[in-house]
Amino acid sequence: MKIIVAIKQVPSRDAQLKIAGSQRWIEEEDLAYEINEPDAYALEAGLQLQEKNGGEVVALSLGPARSAQTIREALAKGAARGIHIEEDDPGAFDALGTARLLAAAVANEKPDLILTGLQSDDLGYGQTGVILAELLGLAHATIIMQVEKLDGSIRVKRELEDGWFQHVEMPLPALLTIQSGFSKLRYATLMGIKKAKSKEIRRLTAAGLGVSSKPSILLDRLYLPERTKHTQLFEGPPKEAAQKLVEKLKFEARVL
Amino acid sequence: MSILAVLQHDGQAWHRMSWETLAAAQQIAAELNTAVSAAVVGTAESVAAELAAKRLERVCLVGHELLAPYTPDGYSLALRQLIERLKPRLVLFPHTYQVRDFLPKLATSFGTVAVTDAIAHRVDGGSVLFVRQLFQGKVNVDVRFAAGEGPHFASLQAGAYRADQLAPASTPPPVEKFRPELTASQIRTRPLDLFRESQRAVDLTAAEIIVSVGRGIQEAGNIGLVQQLADALGAELGASRPICDAGWLPMERQVGSSGQTVAPKMYMAIGISGAIQHLVGMKGSRTVVAINKDANAPIFEVADYGIVGDLFQIVPELTEAVKKIR
Repeated sequence: MKIIVAIKQVPSRDAQLKIAGSQRWIEEEDLAYEINEPDAYALEAGLQLQEKNGGEVVALSLGPARSAQTIREALAKGAARGIHIEEDDPGAFDALGTARLLAAAVANEKPDLILTGLQSDDLGYGQTGVILAELLGLAHATIIMQVEKLDGSIRVKRELEDGWFQHVEMPLPALLTIQSGFSKLRYATLMGIKKAKSKEIRRLTAAGLGVSSKPSILLDRLYLPERTKHTQLFEGPPKEAAQKLVEKLKFEARVL
Repeated sequence: MSILAVLQHDGQAWHRMSWETLAAAQQIAAELNTAVSAAVVGTAESVAAELAAKRLERVCLVGHELLAPYTPDGYSLALRQLIERLKPRLVLFPHTYQVRDFLPKLATSFGTVAVTDAIAHRVDGGSVLFVRQLFQGKVNVDVRFAAGEGPHFASLQAGAYRADQLAPASTPPPVEKFRPELTASQIRTRPLDLFRESQRAVDLTAAEIIVSVGRGIQEAGNIGLVQQLADALGAELGASRPICDAGWLPMERQVGSSGQTVAPKMYMAIGISGAIQHLVGMKGSRTVVAINKDANAPIFEVADYGIVGDLFQIVPELTEAVKKIR
């Protein structure tokens, strides 16, 4: 089974974000980056399927040079090789442009399955996977918690709202977007990290793939959300703050 | 040039976000000086009657035997044909799990990208901008559609618009039935059984006080700290998704869009940053308290009271203070 996993490098969850002077994006200097969390689960799903059914996992990513680190980490966890579409300004592409790049990069790969996280922690559109499926003419399912390979098809467990789930069957090749919590994530082993150094990462560019950025939606202006609710904050040493809060809860909010 | 609101009905009941989307469509239409049509997959009499009671230019009932049960192939093919016929300038959807599954495909078939999960809009020089959240709610952004007549697509976050602001019809709109051309071979996925994982032993919706724990707790062994506070308060213990994903607490304790939706007398969020998926599950709580080290965490957007600081220092003090007062 040949599985391509599309992963994205995003600012780490704890990062303190500052809006860039242009208001078109955030200040990127001094930020720490990590794999987009749902993509880490997509990678895990791919590796588990490969271990069970054979074949290979290919890690695919669009991003600037620093994204190579995230691909390298995927290789250390067990992906066989990587494809890096190196773009200094991936923000110039909207979700359709990104999916066009990904589609062009995998055009000759003929995968059985493409996996990706259900959304990114930075832009959060939750669209790239489904768009990629449409561009490649593949059946898809989103927010997937389990994948089982059948003969020429797969059976997946899809998460719905309010604690409901649904099983869905579909033919291969197909594309799935994976939900966080799919399975426990593995760590790279020392041996894996060592092996990753000799694994291939193929470098591509948007120009080389013949895809130009013609976004149909544009990020006009970034800003910090205005507070709509007035939050009473209690300061001081922990003991004092805790006592003040409990008093308010008892005498003002009357919930104790 | 009008707006089309595509609503969601599962054959039994409306998705409650449908009415929020319709209210949003009416507001935007008023500002753009245009009219709203509503479309829904389903042809039941009751569906038509309920829609016809709203102020609309037209109601479209999309019906075909291949549209039940839901599939992304069926819905996007059917809605594409409807949109090509009605030629709306803007198509609005509720940002439900179902819409997330088919809208990107539908928009791609028009060569465009939907603005998903919008929380507000702004009309600027005759065109509409949508406000979205980036970075799990830490940053907002105004998103503009590139030039062109559309159709433009957007989906709206739960709770972003108020269903009670929906305007009733002065004269009932015409109800049209639309039968798309679909063949069985176009539908590639086969939906099977719907199920719930297990009987829920914990009913968080019945709790008067919920103390929920999030990523800030760092490891499973630290949850006892929050449990002690919950015990002192006589509260149920809840959690954000990552805690249940990691298996530190059972899924049945999860609050949020994929877990339980709760509205207790008091909701205390400990080390929960407040991603939208969590907020939609608890923002109806009467009093919200947040303990978080990041003063910019979105949880403070919905908190009535809060302490910014290290939960490992604050929570034990809170437990002590609660014990003293009770």
